[in-house]
Amino acid sequence: MAPPGKRRPGFSRRAQYGFFLGYVLAIGGVIVAVLLLAIAVIDPRGFAAVKGAALDVTAPVGGIGRSVVRFIGGVGDGIGNYFRAGSQNDRLRRELAETRRELTQRQAQDFENRRLRALLGLAQSVTDEVAVARITGSTFDSPRRLATLSAGSGSGVRIGQPVRSPDGLIGRVLETGRWASRVLLITDGASSVPVRLPRDGTPAIAVGRGDGTIELRTLEVGQNPFRVGDVLVSSGIGGIFPPDVPVARVSAIRGDTAIARPVADPARIDFAIVERAYQPAANAPLDQAAPPVAGPPVAGPPPAPAPRPGLQNNPRYQPGLQQQQPGMVVPQRPVQPQAQPPRATPR
Amino acid sequence: MSRIAGSSTEVAIRDFRRRYVPFLSTTVAILLSLFPIVMASPLIPNLGFLVLITWRLLRPEIWPAQAALAFGLFADLVSGQPLGQAMLLWTLAFLILDYIDSRLGFRDYWMDWLIAAALLLFHGFGMWYIALLMGSDTAFTIMIPQIGLSILAYPVAARLILGLDRWRLGRASR
Repeated sequence: MAPPGKRRPGFSRRAQYGFFLGYVLAIGGVIVAVLLLAIAVIDPRGFAAVKGAALDVTAPVGGIGRSVVRFIGGVGDGIGNYFRAGSQNDRLRRELAETRRELTQRQAQDFENRRLRALLGLAQSVTDEVAVARITGSTFDSPRRLATLSAGSGSGVRIGQPVRSPDGLIGRVLETGRWASRVLLITDGASSVPVRLPRDGTPAIAVGRGDGTIELRTLEVGQNPFRVGDVLVSSGIGGIFPPDVPVARVSAIRGDTAIARPVADPARIDFAIVERAYQPAANAPLDQAAPPVAGPPVAGPPPAPAPRPGLQNNPRYQPGLQQQQPGMVVPQRPVQPQAQPPRATPR
Repeated sequence: MSRIAGSSTEVAIRDFRRRYVPFLSTTVAILLSLFPIVMASPLIPNLGFLVLITWRLLRPEIWPAQAALAFGLFADLVSGQPLGQAMLLWTLAFLILDYIDSRLGFRDYWMDWLIAAALLLFHGFGMWYIALLMGSDTAFTIMIPQIGLSILAYPVAARLILGLDRWRLGRASR
């Protein structure tokens, strides 16, 4: 069927103008949306007030239904466990025996650790917790991995603070409302956590992949220090995340990198702990940072040492050659022993 | 109950139902993104967008293109996406649909599904690309399960919306 030549909503002028105005509005709206997105890309903290208010309004809806959903999710797990009881029992027994052996070792190491710390006079690091809050939901229809937390700026939560559970690291605070906040999970593609391998201290960066896994990138080329089953802990570099919090467990090796799963699964955790940034200065805006140590302005290289008087008159004089050069034969001047008259010691 | 409205109250109720059922059902679908589940990867269709384009494909005359702008703003505020993402993608989808309708004389159910599939792919790609611009460095493959599920969910949504539309316009208040 051929398309109609002209799209007019009838002969009414008013209808025609309304029709045209609709498209003007729609296309203008598209342009406004592009501008809003550009602002969001340039300044991710823009519109923080609007988004925080929306977060506050919508947070209670998530909080109510969470326990119901958890119950329904738990039923499936329970049935699965029943069918796998035999093999699971066997596996758990083996794991228990292995863990007992490791525990004895750990206790010995712990004792030694305390003794060494006491020798060095180091204080145990004190973790500052800001709030304990419920995880009320997460995005499930977008490529971003953001979770909602039931505590906001009213409880002292600030943008950038790390969020963890007793098991391990969850993420960090991205937006705050008065009673709710949004958390960037460590599995999000925009999240990167500096980690290290506790076995030998190899540093790595844990970058989210957006599908529930984390990619571990090392600085070393050619060899992969990870083994399946390794647990990585945060290293504290960067000053946001506290050190020695478990982050991820390696599940597959891929060339130079490794794929890991987060130790703390936000889907199975009820409560999360918001902590203060490990080094608060790391999260402060740049203009509030302490100025660098004031010193005299550097105008050029340090001045050359003053040449011996009279040398400037030499036409072949080069100040750079006055220092001793490598491979230069230095004429040895015989040191004349000073004739010292034997002093008569008074007696 | 009779098929003819007996009182002015009943007329008012039926008028309200006829006018506001599409709007309210889409709003509820957008609010479903607040459903308190925590998932590791994007899997569940974007219900707000799915219901919106299903209404638009079934009843092209109820909403002009700028209606998608308002729905998009609401969805952006509810879901915590960067402000402007749904406003942009949903309005563009409506403009594309307006263009398709101006070119196409008629559509049947299979063509509706095909158009919806293309729009859902466009929407998934748009969300992924905006996330990439925002610094979320992920592979596009993580979106494929969600887009596939959304395309398969279109017939279900179409049945549901068709039922709602019949109830909305039905004369007997069952």
